[in-house]
Amino acid sequence: MKILVVDDFSTMRRIVKNLLSDLGFKNIDEADDGNTALPKLKSGNFDFLVTDWNMPGMTGIDLLKAVRADPQLASIPVLMVTAESKREQIIEAAQAGVNGYVVKPFTAGTLEEKINKIFERVNG
Amino acid sequence: MEKAQRLELARRLVVELEADNEQQVAATLAELTEGIGCQDELFMQIGKLTRELHEAIKNFAHDQEVAELVQVDMPDAAERLQYVISTTESATHQTINAIEEMLNVSRRIKEDSGQLGQQWDEFMQRKLAYENFAGLCVGLKDFLQRSQQDGNKLHDTMNEILMAQGFQDITGQIIKKVIALVKDMESKLVDLVILAGHSHNSHNDEQLRKQKMAKEDGPAVPGVTQSDVMSSQDDVDDLLSSLGF
Repeated sequence: MKILVVDDFSTMRRIVKNLLSDLGFKNIDEADDGNTALPKLKSGNFDFLVTDWNMPGMTGIDLLKAVRADPQLASIPVLMVTAESKREQIIEAAQAGVNGYVVKPFTAGTLEEKINKIFERVNG
Repeated sequence: MEKAQRLELARRLVVELEADNEQQVAATLAELTEGIGCQDELFMQIGKLTRELHEAIKNFAHDQEVAELVQVDMPDAAERLQYVISTTESATHQTINAIEEMLNVSRRIKEDSGQLGQQWDEFMQRKLAYENFAGLCVGLKDFLQRSQQDGNKLHDTMNEILMAQGFQDITGQIIKKVIALVKDMESKLVDLVILAGHSHNSHNDEQLRKQKMAKEDGPAVPGVTQSDVMSSQDDVDDLLSSLGF
């Protein structure tokens, strides 16, 4: 399983990477913005995308929409991990096709639960 | 125009008026008011400019953005920064708590393994009394069990510390917002300074900034702090020893 972790804060990328590693996911790549993430996704054979919302170049919501609009990438499950918690935003993400939404600050348990849920649905 | 000249013209005007000499009246009037007309015009221009300036200042003061800046954004910025302080404080406490737990665990491991190690060495050198062998076995068994528990505890506690570092992302985002606000305030204030008629001489800014920074205390911030700061404990120690301490 190849995972791309996208967040403009390097500390957050490290935390998520460590948590994923603890859950057994060792093949992880990083990007610091939607703009740098998209080309990686297109050329990379990724199975899962974890992304923040607020990023200076291309935001997470726009990245999600771009992924869903690209036939090559559209089926990749996407988990948003973000400090954005307004109702409209969560609705917008859901309507754009996000598979899971974790709000910061979060616990390792929550992250694990949401990831398991996503892959149950994908495999089930 | 001199008083005598004006009197002369005035007398001429009266004579021409009494004689109903319209053309002359007009000419003399023009001459009389010539100087005054110019001054009037100057006063009129000044009056107009003053009115415009007052309007501009009034509009600026009533400007929705300025009102918002003062009544909402500034207290908002202060609150956000206060939140940054409390978030970083609690993350630090959480981390230190976890570290204290782990220090206890690692201390116990050191002691236990030290004791058992000694007994094991005695055993390997065939110096262990037979009746103590059973005790060694039980000790080892307990140690292995505890190690498993300790291993789990260390793993979980490390994860706690990892999660606590999430504060940097949250506070970083908040601080970015405050930076944007401060930049906004800066440009509004520059506008106000220009409006008040002082030219904004920006090459004084760097000097003023240096003077101000030189007087400030607080943690040294690379790139901002201008005064002569020590960059490490070694520097401090060197300075003190050069002064004879």
